[in-house]
Amino acid sequence: MSKPADPWHDFKSLTAARIALGRAGGSLPTRELLDFGLSQARARDAVLAPFDAHSLIEQLNSAGLDTISLNSDASSREEYLRRPDLGRRLNSQSRDELASLNSPSRDLCLIISDGLSSHAAVHAGEVVTALTSLLKDEGWSIAPVVIIPFARVAIQDEVGEGLKSAISLILLGERPGLGSPDSLGAYFVYGPGPGRTDADRNCISNIRPSGLPPAAAVMALHYLLNAARHRRISGISLKDERLLSDQVDLASLDMQTPAATDTFRD
Amino acid sequence: MTSYCHTFGGRTFVFEDMATVLAKASPRRSGDELAGLAATCDEERMAARFVLADVPLQTFLNEPIIPYDSDEVTRLICDTHSPAAFEPIRSLTVGELREWLLDYETDTIRLTAVAQGLTPEMVAAVSKIMRNQDLILVASKCQVTSKFRNTLGLSGRLAVRIQPNHPTDDPAGIAASILDGLCYACGDAVIGVNPATDNVDNTIRLIQLIGDLIERFAIPTQSCVLAHVTTSLRAMERGAPVDLVFQSIAGTEGANKSFGIDLKLLAEAQDAALALRRGTVGDNVMYFETGQGSCLSAGANCGVDQQTLEARAYAVARYFRPLLVNSVVGFIGPEYLYDGKQIIRAGLEDHFCAKVLGVPMGCDVCYTNHSEADQDDMDTLLSLLGIAGCNFIMGVPGADDIMLNYQSTSFHDSHYLRQTLGLRPAPEFEEWLLRNGIMDEQLRLKPVSRGHRLLQ
Repeated sequence: MSKPADPWHDFKSLTAARIALGRAGGSLPTRELLDFGLSQARARDAVLAPFDAHSLIEQLNSAGLDTISLNSDASSREEYLRRPDLGRRLNSQSRDELASLNSPSRDLCLIISDGLSSHAAVHAGEVVTALTSLLKDEGWSIAPVVIIPFARVAIQDEVGEGLKSAISLILLGERPGLGSPDSLGAYFVYGPGPGRTDADRNCISNIRPSGLPPAAAVMALHYLLNAARHRRISGISLKDERLLSDQVDLASLDMQTPAATDTFRD
Repeated sequence: MTSYCHTFGGRTFVFEDMATVLAKASPRRSGDELAGLAATCDEERMAARFVLADVPLQTFLNEPIIPYDSDEVTRLICDTHSPAAFEPIRSLTVGELREWLLDYETDTIRLTAVAQGLTPEMVAAVSKIMRNQDLILVASKCQVTSKFRNTLGLSGRLAVRIQPNHPTDDPAGIAASILDGLCYACGDAVIGVNPATDNVDNTIRLIQLIGDLIERFAIPTQSCVLAHVTTSLRAMERGAPVDLVFQSIAGTEGANKSFGIDLKLLAEAQDAALALRRGTVGDNVMYFETGQGSCLSAGANCGVDQQTLEARAYAVARYFRPLLVNSVVGFIGPEYLYDGKQIIRAGLEDHFCAKVLGVPMGCDVCYTNHSEADQDDMDTLLSLLGIAGCNFIMGVPGADDIMLNYQSTSFHDSHYLRQTLGLRPAPEFEEWLLRNGIMDEQLRLKPVSRGHRLLQ
């Protein structure tokens, strides 16, 4: 493993892109080949690893938060990947269960799913604990935290409606990038229910320690949720006005990103 | 509507219309299964192919699979069809078209001559009864060139887009990736960045950044910021030096509407870019990206399979005489193309259909991490597309796009393909590479020292 990086390796400080890798002939040096393989292995593992809902529930319970466990209509990882429509709705048993709760009206419900990265869901506990603590101090009424494996974003409509919540927030693992296998996304909608589209949702993505740190995501969500509650809206007309004054990582706010990523919203 | 049927040894398969025949004849893929259009078993798939093989090409002109009155892409396809170009193949069935395409006598000249006589539906249909090797062989005979500041698509050449994306559009970060690509002999297709933030100010800033580099080093290539077409239009109104206008396009009016575009808007953008007269050797000013599954994803697939719809997008592309078109084949995810096998097949279909229709086709050979695919699958598709004569591929540093979070092909990968198949860069760009000591006559990369003028 002796092939050096390219002579312009000092440019590496300018970008996280894999530049100045060096070459063997014109091909990748062995070290770089293996590094890439390692990154992809981690991203694949994040997609395929089982969701440790049990630890997450313990973490939430010990922080004083009640939880409800429900299931989507996707029953396996493969089905979840092939059939996004099944991940957008509850299975019939969970639908009945939700109805039987006869939930009182609330300001907010929170849902956590592994989504496309089980490793990302680990950050959800931290975000939910800190966020609910802030909101409760301000008088928000909050439903028990709902845990749903194999869910897609739009399941927040059915769950939010069932829990009679003004706002429905879901945190779930995003499609893992090579350098970001543990990236969490947060999406909320005001007035969850049938007919809501992606244009009605707000999103904060790339929540992970080396992306948008969970604590910063909590502040962004706290701001946006209060604005949504106050103005009774969500979606494209609700912007994070703090951008002008605060240091918020532009790239981690989905409303700033191009249409290219929208296809992969969930 | 005409229904179709085929009987194997006493078992009869009935297909209610041509869209159903096309969908069920398609090689298996998750997107058609998701749409509920796919064959339910392999025997039904083969029955649909037997039916398709006997369908006269004329049928596709008589019976549009998406109605003329409800879809402007259908209207474009019908209204621009050339009966004169169609004449040599007018009497053929789909099965006979396959044989005509494979015939020794069918060369680039003949293929070019019939291109305007072929519709996307005819080309999609024939692709469904072709093996991968057929798709490769016919495409390899079909040269489609385009020009702006260099000549792309010539036989024996492979161009590379430098895709220097950065999660916050940081100019220094983008420039670093561009220089890295240039030192690896890439960038002849375009230096094209996907902006993280799609607004006019940012787009102008990035166009100027790339334009300045091209000008300072007199690189015979073109720049592109892959913003929405409306953003590029506004940038041009403000005097920005736009080389190429980019847009994602699809095969139905509804899907294009979901992208915020229609044909009129594309024409307006093309006119604006042409008026700038920035090309030196040609005036192909459009850059389009496509991909199977985009219509279904937009809820606008009109009951048609994703591969046929993808071919319809090439009719849209063709009309605007683009410099570059590429399918972003594996980007859309496993619910449309599940694994490496499906991605490889789709990449070959897309390249074949576009080339035969006369579109200067490249490919973003790519996948996401939730697909059952890896870099070995990309090596396979890349190699096959090289043999098929693909106009250009992507060059992403280390194959890892840190903004769009997917894996494509790298500068190193492009060099592998040029080495193994003896493919040269675009001629004007090759000369620049030789003159600047980046590559030698034998297509070998030369050591670029830290003191090289590019790196100052």
